[in-house]
Amino acid sequence: MNKNQILSLIGKELLSEWRQRYALNGMILYLASTIFICYMSFGLKAGAIDAITWNALFWIILLFTAVNSVAKSFIQESRGRALYYYSIASPTEIIVSKIIYNALLLLVLALVGFVIYSFVMERANEEGATFDLLYFLIAIVLGSLGLASSLTMISGIASKAENSTSLMAVLSFPVILPIILMVIKLSKNAMDGLDRSVSTDEILILVAINAIVFSVSYLLFPYLWKS
Amino acid sequence: MKKNWWKALALILVTYTLLAGLLMDAPRLNILNETIRNLHFHVTMWFGMVILLTASMVYAIKYLRSGQIAFDDKSVEMAKAGALLGSMGIITGAVWANYTWGEPWSGDSKQNAAAICLLIYFAYLVLRNSMKDEQQRARVSGVYNIFAYAAMIPLLFILPRLDPNSLHPGNGGNPGFNAYDLDSKLRVIFYPAVIGWTLMGVWLASLKIRTRQIERALED
Repeated sequence: MNKNQILSLIGKELLSEWRQRYALNGMILYLASTIFICYMSFGLKAGAIDAITWNALFWIILLFTAVNSVAKSFIQESRGRALYYYSIASPTEIIVSKIIYNALLLLVLALVGFVIYSFVMERANEEGATFDLLYFLIAIVLGSLGLASSLTMISGIASKAENSTSLMAVLSFPVILPIILMVIKLSKNAMDGLDRSVSTDEILILVAINAIVFSVSYLLFPYLWKS
Repeated sequence: MKKNWWKALALILVTYTLLAGLLMDAPRLNILNETIRNLHFHVTMWFGMVILLTASMVYAIKYLRSGQIAFDDKSVEMAKAGALLGSMGIITGAVWANYTWGEPWSGDSKQNAAAICLLIYFAYLVLRNSMKDEQQRARVSGVYNIFAYAAMIPLLFILPRLDPNSLHPGNGGNPGFNAYDLDSKLRVIFYPAVIGWTLMGVWLASLKIRTRQIERALED
């Protein structure tokens, strides 16, 4: 595995994303419309929603955006291009670069989503709760990392099968659940402004799950890539 | 006939579990009362499931290392038998919960984790059915099998223990069965039951593995 190779692969992903900006813009628009649909359908003009609903809704929206945006990382690659990668880079370099790139992409999407979401969605805070922005951002970073590494691998698996887009959802949701549950707990703690030491457990577990998923993807991807 | 001793053992152990588990003396405890006998069915089936799924994962690794399709047959049938034991475990657990917790499904964190774990393995079977080429199917589903197993461990063993509201014995500050099991009467049935159910699962899987191999031989 070569660091320069990985960097140049990430650079290539970024460049191709930048050249066809419609894909990225499409994802942001998807995110914005989903948030707006939630805003309208909850009838938020009448009153704010509870903190717990606010938080869960935010992560569900992010989850669906993530599944849609990461799904294309392998499924939409043409066969010829896949063969070209196969000839110039080792599989571990490819999976690592894809995971890093997807993590960056999801991080950008999550931050944009967070800004739009907190701009439109009014939330009823519990008495005396102060929003802990730093820890909420930590939750967003850890969440995007976890989603990126597991979804990238699942996207690679699903791309080998027929009817891959619906398979992607079936395969990924159960695997992703532990990450999502932990992230929701962590961000809820941050929203309620609980003492930061309360969240240490959740952060450690999230880091551990991320490490497991990342290393398993790293070990298994070469076998997937062969076919 | 010399290799069949373990099938006889499976039969004897399961019969012993059924008879002894239902008839032998059980500790008298508050709320649990006679339902503690479910320990020999529900908990042991979960143990059997975890053992079978581990075996399935090991065969998936073996397949990926060697590329021999026979390992893939073993892997998928072990996973199927494990999923069957898991479904039965979830049903027996729901029946038990109906009498002790008041409702069959109370959103306990371990129950949820168990349901998700089954969903993962059903997804694995769906994935297998969506591919036609034999080698590719074996490789891709082998990769998912290992991946899913790695995701299952935090789900089943770690997360429920961190949930302070869990109702499950042994979780969330509730005493585990060891605390009830003062005179070790239950252990006498519990451990043979684990072996018995696991062997039943292996037997089931081995029959299906052999049919698969015969079918393949007929096709060639």
